[in-house]
Amino acid sequence: MSSGKPLLSTSEPSSATSPHHRRHSSLTIGSLGRLCHNTSISSSVTDGSQHSNLSDHNDELEDELEEFDEDISPLGGALRNSVECPAYLRTRKKFKPVDLQLQLPLPERKLLVSWGGVTDPQHVWSMREVSGASSQAVSSGIQDYLNKSQRSERFLQISMQLKENLTHHDNPRLIHINDPKRTNDNFEYSGNEIRTSKYTFLNFLPKNLFIQFHRVAYLYFLAIAALNQLPPLAVFGRTVSLVPLLFVLTVTAVKDGYEDWRRHRSDRNENNREALVLQSGKFHPKRWKKLQSGEVVKICSDETIPCDMVLLNTSDPSGIAYIQTMNLDGESNLKTRYARQETNKLVLDGTIISGVITCEQPNRNIYEFTANLEIKGQRYPLSQSNIILRGCQLKNTEWAIGVVVYAGKDTKAMLNSAMSPAKRSRLETYMNRETFWLSVFLLIMCLVVAIGMGLWLNTHKNQLDTLPYYRKIYFDKKKFGEKYKYYGIPMETFFSFLSSIIVFQIMIPISLYITMELVRLGQSYFMIGDRHMYDSSSDSRFQCRSLNINEDLGQIRYVFSDKTGTLTENKMEFRKASVWGKQYGSTLSVDGTGDTNVGAEAVLEGRRTWKLKSEITPDSELLKLLHNDLSGDERIAAQEFFLTLAACNTVIPIATQSPSSSDTDSTLRASYGIVDYQGESPDEQALVAAASAYGYTLYERTSGHIVVDVNGEKLRLVVLGLHEFDSVRKRMSVVIRFPNDSVKVLVKGADTSMFSILKRDHPDDNHTKHATQSHLNEYSSEGLRTLVVASRDLTGEELVEWQSTYEDASTSLTDRSIKLRQTAALIECDLTLLGATAIEDKLQEGVPEAIESLRQAGIKVWVLTGDKQETAISIGLSCKLLTADMEQIIINGTSESECRKFLCDAKAKYCVKSANSCDQISVWRQNTESDYLEIPLGTKLSSLQQQHAGQEEGASFGPLALIIDGNSLVYILEKDLESELFDLATSCKVVLCCRVAPLQKAGIVDLIKCRSDDMTLAIGDGANDVSMIQMADVGVGICGQEGRQAVMASDFAMGQFRFLKRLLLVHGHWNYQRIGYLVLYNFYRNAVFVLMLFWYILYTAFSTTSALTDWSSVFYSVLYTSLPTIVVGILDKDLSHKTLLKYPKLYSAGYRQESYNMSLFWITMLDMLWQSLVLFYVPLFTYRDSTIDIWSMGSLWTIAVVILVNMHLAMDIQRWVVITHISLWGSISITYSCMVVLDSIPVFPNYGLV
Amino acid sequence: MKEDDPTVLKAEYSPSDGWRLTKIESSPEELTRVDEAEEKFTQQELPACKPILTPGLVITTLISIGIIFVPIGLGSLSASEHVVEIVDRYDDACIPSNGDDEAAKRERLSFIQNAKTNKTCIRNLVVPKKMKHPIHVYYQLDNFYQNHRRYVKSRSDRQYRSPGSEGDTKTCAPESEVDDHRPIVPCGLIAWSLFNDTYGISTKDNPILINKKDIAWPSDKNSKFGSNVYPKNFQKQDPVGGGKLNESLPLSEQEDLLVWMRTAALPNFRKLYGRIETDLEADEKITVVIQNNYNTYSFDSKKQLVLSTTTWIGGKNDFLGKAYISVGGTCLFLAIAFILTYVIKPRPLGDPAYLSWNLNSATR
Repeated sequence: MSSGKPLLSTSEPSSATSPHHRRHSSLTIGSLGRLCHNTSISSSVTDGSQHSNLSDHNDELEDELEEFDEDISPLGGALRNSVECPAYLRTRKKFKPVDLQLQLPLPERKLLVSWGGVTDPQHVWSMREVSGASSQAVSSGIQDYLNKSQRSERFLQISMQLKENLTHHDNPRLIHINDPKRTNDNFEYSGNEIRTSKYTFLNFLPKNLFIQFHRVAYLYFLAIAALNQLPPLAVFGRTVSLVPLLFVLTVTAVKDGYEDWRRHRSDRNENNREALVLQSGKFHPKRWKKLQSGEVVKICSDETIPCDMVLLNTSDPSGIAYIQTMNLDGESNLKTRYARQETNKLVLDGTIISGVITCEQPNRNIYEFTANLEIKGQRYPLSQSNIILRGCQLKNTEWAIGVVVYAGKDTKAMLNSAMSPAKRSRLETYMNRETFWLSVFLLIMCLVVAIGMGLWLNTHKNQLDTLPYYRKIYFDKKKFGEKYKYYGIPMETFFSFLSSIIVFQIMIPISLYITMELVRLGQSYFMIGDRHMYDSSSDSRFQCRSLNINEDLGQIRYVFSDKTGTLTENKMEFRKASVWGKQYGSTLSVDGTGDTNVGAEAVLEGRRTWKLKSEITPDSELLKLLHNDLSGDERIAAQEFFLTLAACNTVIPIATQSPSSSDTDSTLRASYGIVDYQGESPDEQALVAAASAYGYTLYERTSGHIVVDVNGEKLRLVVLGLHEFDSVRKRMSVVIRFPNDSVKVLVKGADTSMFSILKRDHPDDNHTKHATQSHLNEYSSEGLRTLVVASRDLTGEELVEWQSTYEDASTSLTDRSIKLRQTAALIECDLTLLGATAIEDKLQEGVPEAIESLRQAGIKVWVLTGDKQETAISIGLSCKLLTADMEQIIINGTSESECRKFLCDAKAKYCVKSANSCDQISVWRQNTESDYLEIPLGTKLSSLQQQHAGQEEGASFGPLALIIDGNSLVYILEKDLESELFDLATSCKVVLCCRVAPLQKAGIVDLIKCRSDDMTLAIGDGANDVSMIQMADVGVGICGQEGRQAVMASDFAMGQFRFLKRLLLVHGHWNYQRIGYLVLYNFYRNAVFVLMLFWYILYTAFSTTSALTDWSSVFYSVLYTSLPTIVVGILDKDLSHKTLLKYPKLYSAGYRQESYNMSLFWITMLDMLWQSLVLFYVPLFTYRDSTIDIWSMGSLWTIAVVILVNMHLAMDIQRWVVITHISLWGSISITYSCMVVLDSIPVFPNYGLV
Repeated sequence: MKEDDPTVLKAEYSPSDGWRLTKIESSPEELTRVDEAEEKFTQQELPACKPILTPGLVITTLISIGIIFVPIGLGSLSASEHVVEIVDRYDDACIPSNGDDEAAKRERLSFIQNAKTNKTCIRNLVVPKKMKHPIHVYYQLDNFYQNHRRYVKSRSDRQYRSPGSEGDTKTCAPESEVDDHRPIVPCGLIAWSLFNDTYGISTKDNPILINKKDIAWPSDKNSKFGSNVYPKNFQKQDPVGGGKLNESLPLSEQEDLLVWMRTAALPNFRKLYGRIETDLEADEKITVVIQNNYNTYSFDSKKQLVLSTTTWIGGKNDFLGKAYISVGGTCLFLAIAFILTYVIKPRPLGDPAYLSWNLNSATR
């Protein structure tokens, strides 16, 4: 404790400031939390907000962890498991200081907060009960645990000592404000010039070649070409053998070069932008690339921030700056950042700024920043809320001044710009297996040739000297008896082995890699061009960000979907309200209300001066009630209800028209100002917007008061205190002093937490309560998100008591969160129920249909959401994921043993076999699948069905749905339970995971990926889905409101969830079937050719003579036969998109690997074998005992093989379009003309054949 | 969908972002036919024909293949039957010592390698059927790997073509130059092993002229072998591999060489020796005077003289005819089999019971 004491002042930013200010700061931290996490992921919200505080603790904690581990081991183990995903590990390695924090996922972190007591819980009301629920459950669980372990005090100590460590740990970066020279004196920090290009003019060639030769295929190519340069082996002409390799290398190099040139150009533009830099007391423009750490930069409104800077001062007197982080995390709402009051004052005073900032080494965590600011011997902590990052834009703030801390490549934006990891498609992996077999064939053939050569030499060894066609020795007098190119039988055998490798090299189809790339490019062209996947509402197109895994789309077995923003629009809409026990808004969705609305609307119009961006049609009855001149309880309640909605939140109103002008014109309807609400929670925004629609417009919010425009009259309300949303209370309250000096507490919160603190023993209230409760049940069954609104008047004594404890609690240094909670409890009691709201989290268009189709296609859709269980289930129901006939297995364990019990019970009950009898499961799976048969059933099938039905009756359960929460997952994702979960989950039709953290999402994906061969697809829209998207075989990002994080990490990106249906069922199917065929055909095509050469070699005394000219061999796979394969790979369709969409069952061909598998490969090879025999022997027998010469025969075979493989292809084409015809017949005629051309060049031995 | 949404999207490729769609703002009226075609292309809706293997189509195809192939086969068979061919193996008969032991072998070799011995050999043949001119005279070598890699490579086309590149003999080893570094023209193993048996044919003391003009490929004569390249130092040095060349004639005139240099594709091959421009009557007795110079005795080879007429399919070869007939026959047989199955046990087109997953679940 002793060491902690002096540090407390620095470790707690808000402690030094006024209560008002603190309110802001907590608000901000909350908003930062939002930066990183999706609304739906409640637990992560709290996570984010604690980053800044926690990082301080890490270093010390690291030491303590070992000890701590023993106590936490059940947890720690589980968590470490879940952390073991590569993406996360990567981050871990890179950023030492964050290390511990990452190692301790959710619960421990929370535990630090609640027990460390250094921080206050910056839970923002943003998430309503949803967000709180999960964190509460988790943290309380841990708290209990910790209590038992009696470690809490000790832990507190640890966390208090943390600050000190930052300064002398890990050689921090020292930034001298406004003194770039000194800053860069000891250590050269990187300048602000950025370079995203890979090459310079000089290193382009070597570096590009180096990178290109990372491909094994190219090395093989090179090795073959090198072999061919050896004199005894020169089978081909030496230059000819280099042509294909050079061609490929050149094409790739040109492409790389062009791309790099474009990067150079954009870098240049970026580097030459200008910013205002303080130079000798004045701000002068300076190019971005010249900026250095330590310089003071002034940013004006709407400008882009050139590097990561610590805010020193802003145009706002309280030091607030609003920034838009669209470029960084894609969220479009404004975030608030603060300049430290101290620096803000200093700069305002006009004093020359000087000081030292000690900050951590550059890292890529955009949600965290830890630093100290030392001015005049005084130290102030800096956190995430004080830094503005490169790439963001300053908004709604006239100017801001900051000091550069990270520049250029050290900026978080640049560190985060890494590409998503390259994925390899499943088919390509399988292809390698077949390539292995091909190499075995290759070796066998080479061995046959080599051994044949050896034997032949051996039998003829006495004749070799004089054999007219061999002549081993020279007959010159000078060299008489010398051997000519003869190295003894063993060596000759070996050489013939090597040279046969050269001859047969294209057995391993190198051109296939290039072909596949071209085909994928073409496929993605068509996927992007598909108009049915174009989202016109957001003008977002389908994007192929990864070109390597097109065909994986056709083999997906599991779809892991995020909920908010993916299944739903993440646009909250105020749907219904229950006020004073009466339900309103049930008619909202019905159209017939127009007439009555007009009158009410007119009444409202006259008084309203503000217009909202989003219009809500108010319920006429409720409007009438509000504007009823009669006074009554009901009306007062209604007014208070809306006042609460308008006041009890953390939404920031932003007026886009200057208030003065509309004030004067308030009587004129024409000039409405437009109010836009910025807030962390879409729920809150929806509520505020709703209140505004009913005439209660939140108009202005400052730290001390809010202004609500009630039907045209401005009501200035003094905010005495605000109890933020927290996960324990699950409610939020605000204490308001009205202009008439009455003080009220306005509360809103989750129904579970609210009903217990309502005023009791009032008969009328009881009626209202019951009515409201039944309404709430009704709402939640419809999948609406509900909130209960209540209020109470505060008497003078209560107010005084509350104020003193509030003052005390909010300035308290220890246990502040607990104290604040206690304070809140003082006033959050005996409330009068006002009503309840219902907000619809609107499903995206076409989601239920898409899910239904995917399910019929045999794809399992799992929903992983941060929402609470009830919401998740209701959404599950509304999107037809869950159906009424499903047996729901709900697992809500709070300990390992409990989870184990749940799992085992469920398994026993539903007869799920364990992994040992996998076959059983698969059989069972098979059965469930066949339920979907849509096609008319033959007699055979219907009997089969009956059988199934019988089986299922015997087992006496319907389709299963597993609902599991994040809390249980913490325990379950430990190894031994993991397999149990896997068994259970895979036998369920539907799995819903609620309250899961981002890492757990990845953990679940990993669970399936590790334990089965099935392909997984993850789809999500927010930053919290990134880990899941990267973990899954295929990651799909939704370009929604939550920005580009998910899209950046994804392989494919699109505008709407429903496109997934088309993407998988149509394009996935096509791509898979095309690529599968393409690969097999390429194997076949090259093998036929090679085998034809092989048969011939058997007729040449095992000498590796090729009847074909060198050029024909080279052109064969490059020119003669490549175009049709590419065209077919891009354009062929086995079934039309209509059929594929109508019968989703057709998709199952993909994950059954029907287009590409081992047996198909062997069939193809057998096919190839007999075709090559026919190809070789028919001309042979035809020209047996004839005058035919080797080159004529070779040409004949060339033509024959080209026609053969093209005809083979032609027979497999399912859909002939013009282009197919052109390419196919074109290649055959190209072959003819090429041979004519080649034969008319006298240099070649076959000159004049034609 | 298409009617509701007149927006036209155009895909563009950029290396940094891959394919991108750009919206082309245009009203529906502006949609020209070109746009429509492009639209059909990008939406993969191009008009297409989808051949479906219906029983009718398959049976028709098979029958028509059969109907076309069988007559062709029959035609070529009969043509092959019409070819009259006299094949006479003379390598054993035209050498004094026969036998398998070492001594006999050595004797054979010394006989053939000795330039002084009289190698004339007379063969009497009977014409089995009337042979119409032109009658081709071939020599046939068996088990002679003219397609061996060492052999095929041992030549210098450049040297043969122009007198300037006389010294271009690098690829000709081990037969590139004589001892004093003068290049051999034509160099290389192929030329060195030039076949040098000669045939003289006569009937009842009337010699029959064997026309040795135009036996080589015109392209070889005209451009592959130079008309101003003369043999030099050829076969002047022991061991002599085969035929000698008339040094006063340019290479392009040495048609025997040209024929020989066009290396055969297979180890058993025929090469054209000349043509007889008169008819030979049936049962006519002809006498062939062979100069048996060429040494095939050092390895297991055969020498044969072949007199053959030609028809439209070339020489005597039953294979092509048989192949055609068997393929056509198989097609017809299959067609009949399919017709029978179709009549006896038909199944509806597109029966879902035969879909792969249904088959799978049925077997499980």
